[in-house]
Amino acid sequence: MEQFAALVDALIYTRSRNGKLTLIADYLRVTPDPDRGWALAALTDGLDFPAVKSSTIRNLLKDRVDPVLWSLSRDFVGDTAETASFLWPEPLRPVDAPPPTVSEAVASLAAMTRASVMADLPRLLDRLDAKGRYALFKLATGGMRVGVSARLAKVAFAQAFDVEVDKVEELWHALAPPYAELFAWAAEGAAPPDTANMPLFRPFMLAHPLENTEVDLADYVAEWKWDGIRVQLVHVGGETRVYSRSGDDISATFPELIDALAIPAVLDGELLVRGSHQGGETGGAASFNALQQRLGRKTVSRKMLAEAPAFVRLYDALAIGGDDLRALPWSDRRARLEALMPRLPDSHFDLSQIVEAENFAQLAQIREGARDEAIEGLMLKRRDSPYVAGRKTGLWYKWKRDPLLVDCVLMYAQRGSGKRSSFYSDYTFGCWTADPDEGGELLPVGKAYSGFTDEELKKLDRHVRQNTVNRFGPVRETDKSLVFEVAFDSVHASKRHKSGLAMRFPRIHRIRWDKPAHEADRIEALLALVRD
Amino acid sequence: MSSAPHWIQPHPQGIYVAPADCWVDPSVAVERALVTHGHADHARGGHGETLATPETLAIMDLRYNTRAGAVPVAYGETLRLAGSVDATYLPAGHVLGSAQILLEHAGERVVITGDYKRRPDPTCAPFELAPCDIFITEATFGLPIFTHPPIAEEIGKLLGALAANPEACVLVGAYALGKAQRVIAELRAAGHHDPIYLHGAMERMCRLYEELGVPLGELRLVADHTKEDMRGAIVICPPSALNDRWSRRLPDPITAMASGWMRVRQRARQRNVELPLVISDHADWHELTRTVEEVNPRETWITHGREEALLRWHELHQRKARALALVGYEDEDEDD
Ligand SMILES: [Zn+2]
Ligand SMILES: [Zn+2]
Repeated sequence: MEQFAALVDALIYTRSRNGKLTLIADYLRVTPDPDRGWALAALTDGLDFPAVKSSTIRNLLKDRVDPVLWSLSRDFVGDTAETASFLWPEPLRPVDAPPPTVSEAVASLAAMTRASVMADLPRLLDRLDAKGRYALFKLATGGMRVGVSARLAKVAFAQAFDVEVDKVEELWHALAPPYAELFAWAAEGAAPPDTANMPLFRPFMLAHPLENTEVDLADYVAEWKWDGIRVQLVHVGGETRVYSRSGDDISATFPELIDALAIPAVLDGELLVRGSHQGGETGGAASFNALQQRLGRKTVSRKMLAEAPAFVRLYDALAIGGDDLRALPWSDRRARLEALMPRLPDSHFDLSQIVEAENFAQLAQIREGARDEAIEGLMLKRRDSPYVAGRKTGLWYKWKRDPLLVDCVLMYAQRGSGKRSSFYSDYTFGCWTADPDEGGELLPVGKAYSGFTDEELKKLDRHVRQNTVNRFGPVRETDKSLVFEVAFDSVHASKRHKSGLAMRFPRIHRIRWDKPAHEADRIEALLALVRD
Repeated sequence: MSSAPHWIQPHPQGIYVAPADCWVDPSVAVERALVTHGHADHARGGHGETLATPETLAIMDLRYNTRAGAVPVAYGETLRLAGSVDATYLPAGHVLGSAQILLEHAGERVVITGDYKRRPDPTCAPFELAPCDIFITEATFGLPIFTHPPIAEEIGKLLGALAANPEACVLVGAYALGKAQRVIAELRAAGHHDPIYLHGAMERMCRLYEELGVPLGELRLVADHTKEDMRGAIVICPPSALNDRWSRRLPDPITAMASGWMRVRQRARQRNVELPLVISDHADWHELTRTVEEVNPRETWITHGREEALLRWHELHQRKARALALVGYEDEDEDD
């Protein structure tokens, strides 16, 4: 655990990609199995210990540290695990067991239950110093946040053992931590595991934003960009899997799709839920709001399945009937996909329609006119593009529709987390209920954490500190003098918010240091934009 | 109801000693100032008369050219001020010349710590404990998460990084008054006698320390040397120069910073620090609370820092405390 803790800290402080690669590769080379496999899984968020949550850590500390001192400390540090690692009281008598190995820690965390965790976790913590406790908390709760993407870890693995990264990528999803076969193959030259009959995830093809570029519609085809979640459906060897964009297996969250796909294929599309909204000729999709209720669930109730049934709007095929189509041009893959559609149940699948336009200018008009909830904008795909992993310049573009804008007044600010823990970087803003000169008041309508530069953040932080009128724990109420031009993608009716409104993707578009607060928009302006 | 003596009055701009008509560490120019130490948030120029230790006066002279009105006070010496107030300057262990000021009047003792620490520091006299009725303390690191490690550990990390990267240099950001000299002196104590390179802004203060009897070994100016000269060397600069264009003249610098804030990972990340060195000239949480217990005052007043947590600690330990809302004492975030 000490070496792993040292690696975690070194990764936190290392800025360069090469530096990170070297650190991970060195660790993987010298660390024995299965520690290195568990460490690799931890770095790429591949571990899950249901008994240990962030709240578990808070509860453990609550019994040992004064709650006021805890919350002041947590507020300052900005990270629960790190705060707890500092405040964990050293054992009264030195523990004579050595620090646990990573495998021992993993085994012990996996064996913990909600009932036993409060007694078991302290026994591990007492054997570690503050750095070790930090690494253990991060390992136990997931989300290392050490700037290591799954991709980077795979590249480091390839570098450590001088093997091809594409091969690593392919095998990765076939294997589970601690990846014994992967290490046996790469480090000891054993035969690679057989993956032919495994429902593997293939890395997605991604798009660049279209910025001040015009494309020729002779070379590019336009499709709607749907406001759902990107999924990959894989059916092989009688098994179906649904993978999210990051390659997570989310089959359990959408069981209705498992039975719906019974043909060997790998399909790419947008997962949506049925609703009264239009969008596509073959059936309506509800707004993202409705889909959100289905996300992140490990089990789904029958009621949920009936009220918000999921379907996939398909736009690409990576493989059909055992043929790998990825090397073919988009137009050929599209033809294969269209031919496949009649064999798929239309209760759960439809085809993402091509958007026809005479020329780019007309396409721009069509995009502007689209205010449908399920549409985020347009996708532009090169007709001759193969299906390649990642973002390749010039092949696919996303062209989001222009955001909606509204002028709001800053009301409350809270410190950010992580890198921004010392800045007031989370802002709650409001609109007027009526003309402020005739008694109108501000009502919070949303929160934003992004859209400003580091320079602007510093100025905003200063503004908050200098214009605080009230403090509620970590939250500061400001004098409501600053106007934000807030950009957002859509706005919905919401019972959870006092204003009755919920914005989607709000971000600070411009800071209007010049604009008097009473000239900000009224709630009516937002209400007029609701399309639920 | 506060049992505070009426003769000592906290104001936003400093602590006013009424019978003597003088101020302690005022943030504005006054007729007569008692100054605890040379850091900018405690020592300002332009006072009519400045009562401070000879070292603090020399530091202030270097910074503000304020020789006029300087009244040197030696450690342990007691001055009789107007209105029957006695002032005694006691070592605070913070930086060279730093003092706590003990004020006695009408049978009451008040200690104003300025900034202080309890750990050994080869560049200044160690903190002296003075029992008192009112203890007016700083709380820069007044949160229980702050435990400064033994400095030998941090110096070991620095030397380890140097040994592991013989072709590079380690650039240490350290506050120009106190921290820089302490790091150098500790490196010397650890047996590192190679020349240490300085950013131009550090030079005069280091020379002054040497003149005042703190040996720092061979120091060289970065400006006078080539990249090649500095391979495998330690370079010290003010924190503000760490990510500055200036550092481009150095051979592949590894960025280190010596500060108590480096305890918190994201603080180090914010400054792009690769090698955080938790070295502070302030008392950590345990030093702060231990000192209150040892001084055992009737009441504690907190001048600046994270006063909420220290107030809470007093409450939990059934001790009386209040926070003074003084202006101008910057959160010594940058300077520590
Ligand atoms: Zn100071
Ligand atoms: Zn200070």
